[in-house]
Amino acid sequence: MAKVWVYADIGPEGPRPSALELLTKARDLADTVEAVALGPGATGAAAALGDYGAKTVYASDDPVFGEYLGQPAAHVLARLVAEHVPNLIMFATTYDSRDVAGRLQATTGSTLMSNATDVLGLDRARTEILGGTKIVDVSLGGPEPRLVLVRPKSFAAEPSGGTANVVPVVAEVPDELLKAHRVERHEEPASGPKLEEAKVVIAGGRGLQDPTNFALLERLAAVIGNAAVGASRAVVDAGWIPYSHQIGQTGKTVKPEVYVAVGISGATQHVVGMKQSKRIVAINKDPDAPILKLADLGVVGDALSFLPRLIEAIEARES
Amino acid sequence: MVMDVVVLAKHVPDPQGTPELGEDFLLRREGVDGALDPGDEYPLEAALRITEYHGGEVTVVSMGPEPAMTAIRRALSMGAHRAVLITDPALRGADALVTARVLASAVRRQPFDLVLAGIESTDGYTGTLPMTVAELLGVPAATFARRVEVNDRIVRTERQTEEGYDVVECPLPAVVTVTAGATEPRYPTLKGIMQAKQKPVERLTAADLGLSPEELAPTQSVIAVEAAPQKAVGEIVQGDDAVTRVADFLAEAKVI
Repeated sequence: MAKVWVYADIGPEGPRPSALELLTKARDLADTVEAVALGPGATGAAAALGDYGAKTVYASDDPVFGEYLGQPAAHVLARLVAEHVPNLIMFATTYDSRDVAGRLQATTGSTLMSNATDVLGLDRARTEILGGTKIVDVSLGGPEPRLVLVRPKSFAAEPSGGTANVVPVVAEVPDELLKAHRVERHEEPASGPKLEEAKVVIAGGRGLQDPTNFALLERLAAVIGNAAVGASRAVVDAGWIPYSHQIGQTGKTVKPEVYVAVGISGATQHVVGMKQSKRIVAINKDPDAPILKLADLGVVGDALSFLPRLIEAIEARES
Repeated sequence: MVMDVVVLAKHVPDPQGTPELGEDFLLRREGVDGALDPGDEYPLEAALRITEYHGGEVTVVSMGPEPAMTAIRRALSMGAHRAVLITDPALRGADALVTARVLASAVRRQPFDLVLAGIESTDGYTGTLPMTVAELLGVPAATFARRVEVNDRIVRTERQTEEGYDVVECPLPAVVTVTAGATEPRYPTLKGIMQAKQKPVERLTAADLGLSPEELAPTQSVIAVEAAPQKAVGEIVQGDDAVTRVADFLAEAKVI
């Protein structure tokens, strides 16, 4: 009897959507689907986790898991693994889960695969490499449980209507693992819809030439409505716009109705975070830019003169 | 407070080039121009600033075939004091766990206060190796730092989060992973390039690290590679009609 676990990230508003996506997939892989939720809100999240397929939720609301990075969660998860022996654990690609999964593989000697876009079985997962041009199937060997970090939005979350049995977990974390202490949390306020939820995403890159030109993207987002502004890694690295706007391998994965790439060349790093968009528009000066090959509609031209005219045209239609 | 800082560095195929897979499904590294992973320049810069301020030395530790010396030389010419390169044919095809064991064993051979690394490599993007190294070393990790400072044997970082950032404080010794953009990496000076040639580079094999064949055996392997379905070629417009066409496109998609 195969047993698959989902390590569920819990946010301030309950389980993160990625946890529900992974549970939906886990139901295809095993008869026994269970979740581990560690940190404040874990017990409260069990109902939602059960609704998406977890039959058991190992839960601890202990604040230690939020206050200290990686080590307490990895320690308790390793203990639960030794006790309950799952075949496979799926993690979402979040900062906290990467910390936990990376540590767990050292303890269990298990294999850990990152950036999976699909899980094909208990010992097999799929990823995309070289800018999404190649699909690669990877066989996972070594001791169980096999560990897989899955990219967000790889699966659609569908409820199964189940309920979970909650098994309380006692934290019992040794003091020497209480070191990397989260002493402050800061939310960077974002106006408008979230990048992951907006119907339209307008993203800017180096082709904008200057950080002040992001204002053009903001204006376009405002006239379209329900639109959010994103960015390529190059301009985030250059300090033009905060990291929370970054789309791509290291940043957010988006899947909007329409994605508008402005002055973005289309490097691998960026493409994997947006290629699942329903429709793609790209505006680029360089007719050979890789992003134009991905676009449903490509505009070859200067974004800085194009955008004001586009904003004007949309305003004219809407009035 | 003199600091011993280790930076984990990787030699990657030229990020501007077109990477290819060989018949063994491994990334082709032979005959391909390579460089120090650009993502490793940020932790290296952070390490140099920390030792310039507090005193101490920066040791670069890298695993890779002979051409990885290119990356080592770059790091030394930027200002790192010494380097360790682990080269062994047995390590070809090493996965993240094997690589972490090798690097952790090499780091453990010297005193260290801080191990700095990038958040993920530009070629493999695994993004978990430093945490595995931290666990093997038995030290805490302050990961995804967009800002790093050290005071009184405490490293204080700003940790990138989904919503903004957190402030993390961690006693040394510790592993810290540094995001791109956290620092502005310096360019090597001519003097730096000349001095790099005199700096010590220690060369090790897997046997020198005392790792068993079992510990060096990869646990993942690529079993199939296929081309992703190609998207149909889209429409390309330019000139005066482009504005109308894009507005029509947005209207067809019912977003305006």
